[in-house]
Amino acid sequence: MAEQQTYNYTVVRQFSIMTIVWGIVGMLVGVLIAAQLAWPVLNFDIPWLTFGRLRPLHTNAVVFAFGGCALFATSYYVVQRTCHTRLAFGPLAAFTFWGWQLVILLAAITLPLGITSSKEYAELEWPIDILITLVWVSYALVFFGTILKRRVPHIYVANWFFGAMIITVAMLHLVNSVAVPVSLLKSYSAYAGVQDAMIQWWYGHNAVGFFLTAGFLGIMYYFVPKQAGRPVYSYRLSVVHFWALIFTYIWAGPHHLHYTALPDWAQSLGMVMSLILLAPSWGGMINGIMTLSGAWEKLRTDPVLRLLIVSISFYGMSTFEGPMMSIKTVNALSHYTDWTIGHVHSGALGWVALVSMGSLYYLIPRLFGRELYSLKLVEVHFWTATIGIVLYITSMWVAGIMQGLMWRATNTDGTLTYSFVESVQAMHPYYIVRFLGGAFFLFGSLVMAWNLWKTIKGAQPAVGTIPEPAAAH
Amino acid sequence: MDYSLIQSIWTIVVMVLFIGIVIWAWSGKRKKRFDEAANLPFTEDDMTSVDTTTEEKTHG
Repeated sequence: MAEQQTYNYTVVRQFSIMTIVWGIVGMLVGVLIAAQLAWPVLNFDIPWLTFGRLRPLHTNAVVFAFGGCALFATSYYVVQRTCHTRLAFGPLAAFTFWGWQLVILLAAITLPLGITSSKEYAELEWPIDILITLVWVSYALVFFGTILKRRVPHIYVANWFFGAMIITVAMLHLVNSVAVPVSLLKSYSAYAGVQDAMIQWWYGHNAVGFFLTAGFLGIMYYFVPKQAGRPVYSYRLSVVHFWALIFTYIWAGPHHLHYTALPDWAQSLGMVMSLILLAPSWGGMINGIMTLSGAWEKLRTDPVLRLLIVSISFYGMSTFEGPMMSIKTVNALSHYTDWTIGHVHSGALGWVALVSMGSLYYLIPRLFGRELYSLKLVEVHFWTATIGIVLYITSMWVAGIMQGLMWRATNTDGTLTYSFVESVQAMHPYYIVRFLGGAFFLFGSLVMAWNLWKTIKGAQPAVGTIPEPAAAH
Repeated sequence: MDYSLIQSIWTIVVMVLFIGIVIWAWSGKRKKRFDEAANLPFTEDDMTSVDTTTEEKTHG
């Protein structure tokens, strides 16, 4: 029975380590393709290294490999520790780890070979889609199985967010990936035309909303209070903004299809729901930041807490920018420009990556029973990452708005002022700044990897003992 | 029943549901339960297993 009195840290450790590994791989590919946009010669005329094939590799690696492993690691850790019980179905939890790594490996092989279903953020072909489904169903069984056998009366709010993420991503993946296979490596989507586009962006935007937002809010709701040493600012607010977020997010997808063949009413619906989304998003931001209320001085001394709080600030910024960009008149300027890329990275680097890295700094010492190797290096990481993000998003704002203005500029006789290639040429300096921003961010991640490696090196895996049921009261 | 009527009813249902959630969350009866839940992450010390003897504080 000894095993039943300890938490399952093995699977958490495995996912935590792979979060670091895949984060660096994914960001490295990102820096390479950013360099290719500035200096196209860097694709070396090798088809596998062209932008078109590496870009989905980058997005899949950072979203599903890095972000996915971070979600598995943190949710498995949080659900056990807040339910005071060992993870349910041990072998199935192990399967989610090995299965997810196999998915990532298959993605890393197929995408550079050009094997793709060509649906954005859902590029993987049907056999891999089936494997994802098996892993995800196992994930749901392990997670909700653990909730069911909890030894405390409450389900902590972080678990609500993780649970919503698991259920919604399952639904999105199943609906969007329906396809007719014609061979082992080729399938055609079951949908066509504007229906295909709408289902794709219902999937795409909710992948952002549930995978990259709800899941990482779950991380925030555990690791920010823990690092700050005080409970969440308002538990009531967390309940209300949870339900508001769930009700609203699912409708926002059409803002990706403004001024397309999608019916006008659907576009307007998407815009209005995106604007409403500001309220629940900022509910989460306020709750996270205000958790520090009365303890602001901790920001001066604790670089890990600073990393977490800056991540919440970027969450607030990008969830303000998002609704603004969904307004049709703003979107007329911003859509298809690099402004969108800047917006995505303000969320992805600023929010998703920083909150994951903050939680890694919290997790790794506890999983290996060692103090963090160096807080100085966390400081270095914090500053290089922040400078990197600022370089990235400011260059893309300028580039994007300039692009949009150049594309819409007309002469008095109604002809276009600029040819497309002139707008491409104008991007060059901004693409270099963006590449530098990405390189800064990658450097910060390497510093983190070194720091965590030195923390782990020679350490014995730690054992987490489950408290007696009485401890819950 | 025509489609827009169903949509209108749904809008009202969702609005009432949301107001219900707000009232539910802010009612005084929930205060104690929420306080307990908010303190769940703090019911145990997760650094207990740290072996401080092997710690190397070369950087600081």
